[in-house]
Amino acid sequence: MLTKFPGSKKPHSSLRRRILQGMLALPAAMLLSHSALAASTAEVNTTGLAVTDSTVKVGILHSVTGTMAISETGSVQAEKLAIDQINAMGGVLGRKIEFIQEDGASDWPTFAEKSKKLLVNDKVAAVFGCWTSASRKAVLPVFEQYNGMLYYPTFYEGLEESPNVIYTGQEATQQILAGIDWVVKEKGAKSFYLLGSDYIWPRTSNKIARKHIEKLGLKVVGEEYYPLGHTQFNSVINKIKLKKPDVIYAIVVGGSNVAFYKQLKAAGIDMTKEKPLVLTISVTEDEILGIGGENMVGAYASMKYFQSLDNDNNKKFVEAFKAKWGKDIVIGDVTQAAYLGPWLWKAAVEKAGSFDIDKIKAASPGIELTTAPEGYVKIHPNHHLWSKTRIGHAQLDGQYKVVYETKELMEPDPFPEGYQ
Amino acid sequence: MSYHGFKSYLPQQDLLGFALLAILLLVIFPLSMDIFRLNLVGKYLTYAFVALGLVLCWGYGGILSLGQGVFFGLGGYCMAMFLKLEASNPEATKIQSTPGIPDFMDWNQLTELPFFWQPFHSLTFTLIAVIVVPSIFAYFIGVAMFKRRVGGVYFAIITQALAAILTILIIGQQGYTGGVNGITDLRTLKGWDIRSDEAKYILYFVNVAILFLCLFAAQYVRKSKLGRLLVAMREREDRVRFSGYDVSNFKIFVFCLGAAFSAIGGAMFTLQVGFMSPSFVGIVPSIEMVIFCAVGGRLSLLGAVYGTLLVNWAKTSFSESFPELWLLAMGGLFIAVVLAFPNGLAGLYQTWVAPRVDKWLANLKTPRPLTTNPLESRS
Amino acid sequence: MFADYSMAELTSIFAMQAFAGLILFSVFVLMALGLAIIFGQMGVINMAHGEFMILGAYITYLTSHIFSEYAQNLFDIYFFVAMILAFIVTFALGALVEWGLIRHLYKRPLDTLLATWGLSLILQQIYRSVFGAREVGVTLPDWLMGSVALSESIEIPINGLFVMGLTLIIAVGVALMMYRSRWGCQVRAVVQNRTMAGAVGINTEKVDRMTFALGCGIAGIAGSAFTMIGSTGPTSGQLYIVDTFLVVVFGGASSLLGTIASAFTISQAQSTMEFFLSGSMAKVLTLLVVVGILMLRPQGLFALKIRR
Repeated sequence: MLTKFPGSKKPHSSLRRRILQGMLALPAAMLLSHSALAASTAEVNTTGLAVTDSTVKVGILHSVTGTMAISETGSVQAEKLAIDQINAMGGVLGRKIEFIQEDGASDWPTFAEKSKKLLVNDKVAAVFGCWTSASRKAVLPVFEQYNGMLYYPTFYEGLEESPNVIYTGQEATQQILAGIDWVVKEKGAKSFYLLGSDYIWPRTSNKIARKHIEKLGLKVVGEEYYPLGHTQFNSVINKIKLKKPDVIYAIVVGGSNVAFYKQLKAAGIDMTKEKPLVLTISVTEDEILGIGGENMVGAYASMKYFQSLDNDNNKKFVEAFKAKWGKDIVIGDVTQAAYLGPWLWKAAVEKAGSFDIDKIKAASPGIELTTAPEGYVKIHPNHHLWSKTRIGHAQLDGQYKVVYETKELMEPDPFPEGYQ
Repeated sequence: MSYHGFKSYLPQQDLLGFALLAILLLVIFPLSMDIFRLNLVGKYLTYAFVALGLVLCWGYGGILSLGQGVFFGLGGYCMAMFLKLEASNPEATKIQSTPGIPDFMDWNQLTELPFFWQPFHSLTFTLIAVIVVPSIFAYFIGVAMFKRRVGGVYFAIITQALAAILTILIIGQQGYTGGVNGITDLRTLKGWDIRSDEAKYILYFVNVAILFLCLFAAQYVRKSKLGRLLVAMREREDRVRFSGYDVSNFKIFVFCLGAAFSAIGGAMFTLQVGFMSPSFVGIVPSIEMVIFCAVGGRLSLLGAVYGTLLVNWAKTSFSESFPELWLLAMGGLFIAVVLAFPNGLAGLYQTWVAPRVDKWLANLKTPRPLTTNPLESRS
Repeated sequence: MFADYSMAELTSIFAMQAFAGLILFSVFVLMALGLAIIFGQMGVINMAHGEFMILGAYITYLTSHIFSEYAQNLFDIYFFVAMILAFIVTFALGALVEWGLIRHLYKRPLDTLLATWGLSLILQQIYRSVFGAREVGVTLPDWLMGSVALSESIEIPINGLFVMGLTLIIAVGVALMMYRSRWGCQVRAVVQNRTMAGAVGINTEKVDRMTFALGCGIAGIAGSAFTMIGSTGPTSGQLYIVDTFLVVVFGGASSLLGTIASAFTISQAQSTMEFFLSGSMAKVLTLLVVVGILMLRPQGLFALKIRR
């Protein structure tokens, strides 16, 4: 409820403040009232961010147009849902969150431009956004120069640790090591074929995977990369048939994914027979929507979150998500990680008792979230999250069934020794 | 140059246009905008270099290249390599397994700087390379194509394929090029922090100054015999050939000039934005730059600048308020430009405004015959 | 790399690899035929060709939905219905685009490039607004999935066979129309000399419209078929455009036979190189070879000798 009081310029929401205002509604006392209120905002916001007595502005920066819109839509939806829920609970430090959404248009300089706009012109208190590593790399100098806070949701290759970024997705070692250990132990895999789209994330991830496989004394029989957007995989499928690996380790992304799994199936590789077994780290429920459950059934994915995860937090989250965005929608790993962003920021602000970026940075390590859909998470001093890694088994309906989860939280290690 | 020579090089109407653009870029924009917006304008203006090159190649020479992004990217990469080397001094990169090389090389297990990166330690070499490397590349393409009389549509499609090849190469060779992320986190130029507001102001003015140099160069080409030959070739190539000219050499020259302009734009882009990525090399940005040129008017040098500014301004403001409608608007603009006003803003200006300006100029001075010289547009 | 394998294994792999090349060949032909007609015969650079293909794919997606909702028992044959619908819709859109856009630009071929690029942006955004930014999954009838085992180790994908068959039918159909029908005769006459063709009483406007629409219609069928092997999303069309144009140009723009020959050359080169090299390099090398040959022989493989 926002009520305007006579003589007051700004609406206020807190009851205490309303009473205070009512008492001071005399024109002569107006000055006093304003200075008293300003003091409280001035306390929690010493650096001139867009924080008023009743609102705080944040930015959402994703691609809603261009090739990346396919992937980033879910993140936008998750962030908006989290903001709605936080506002329904009374906001952050008594202030409602207002978001400014900007379109990165799948274009990295545009991301840099828009992040600068959000930080410099709009003075937002935090930004939730970016999806690809390239977009993050493009905005990183901006966030460091203008001292902003970015909550980045995607699982990524690591090799980065910025005080201005909280990485809510997993870095490569968290996602990869447990998955490979699992196929080796449970499925007795001995040989691997590494396949990926040709850019930094698949290449770095496969590098870590290869090191780990070789450390275990097992064999990598092939490693290959295809340009982003490549649609013809028959040749590589023949090569895979020739090499007969136990595991196809696939990090294909985007439209190529659809082509790869459809052609794999058409070539007579039935993934439910697990010969070879397909293990991926790039196909979430979102991607299966495009690939089709019938083309993906039997594959395994190793990541931290699946929609089918069985716990109360997740049930509530899935229900709320579907209530807001439609019942047919699916939720993938990154979508969930994006949902964590606003909540982690809220926790950090409340712990710091301030919206100041430097105080949030200092307060962030050690922040725990027990209400996360994926379960319990905690921010590591390196600004990544401690999280569990799970193995999902793709089902015909396009969902994953969780067949394994690590007992302990995996420690994030963006610069893994011995894997570089 | 004698006064008379100068007048034929820059007739009164053109002079007026140049002066107005100079006032707009050097006085009005810096006074009315904060540094954030001004830096954006600076970024847009780097695309104007490409559009300028396209006016010469396409508008005058009739050679449509859909691969100008290649040259923009090459110029930008040359600059970015120098800046990256400076940013990766052994001190700043001491946590790496091999200090002193760019971070992405370290991640890709390179243990020493590749040979073709070595010369980019020198600023002089870099500045030369920014212009020379793309020009040589353009020269080879030009010789291979124009000597064999490949033109028009074929040329467009082959340059497009070249853009695709270079993009795949840059992304694939990430140990040497930074891959899809590009070369990021550039900090200083000879110790001068290019990220500070002050530096951005200076870079903006440097950018405008260089843009004017290129404009003058282009104007010179346009007004010279070469410019006339280009138009003649565009209209009837074989007649020019029969008159004893070697058509291909002129085409190669103007293509190289366009490439050099684009490369300068790319280098200025890197300096002002602070990174370079393969997303500028591809087909989509290359075609977008053709659109900037078409919107401004493919026959107008100043139009190229205005067209670039207008389209990018529209892009930024549209995508701020209606991100979902942006593509529709952009697509509609393309079609409108082609169907309704093929000569772009400059064409509109010429039909509606120029006659009045002519009259006004004529009244201002002693009466003189109306010239049919096209005056560039003003938005 | 072959030392560890028995002769039988090698033979079967080579057989399958040859087949992979043939599938790629069919895909290229299917992509390029529509464009060969539009670009080769009419000189219109249709940058929205990929978007017409994706329109066909979306029609297939819609049809599959309708059939699984209302006519589950006929689901096995929905694909044929979808292809016919895809053809009709893209044909109609093609005719519309020709009427509204292309016919004003016949004298300015480079401008058709810009206008159709604008069209492609508009279509992409429409797809995104209507079908959502995410890719859609097209469910295929069971008989189109899986593979035929010719021998112990040689397996041939059924959808690959289907694409090959379809390509053959369409290629033969187009050839018959172009070279055996009255309409084809008119098209060729208009291509060779528009004014003369008009003077002898051919309705050149109508011929142009039908030619353009037919090219778009074939793109629609191709898009429909590609739902079996590729992705269907608002921007998927862009993935095809460079390859498609190169195939047409490499073949010698105005020759249908050239298009087929060039599709064969490029597909075989690419699939062989993909087998022996890694993926990205194979692509780069293929493109480089094609561009290199085009520089040496700009008129393409098969050039039609006509006076312009």
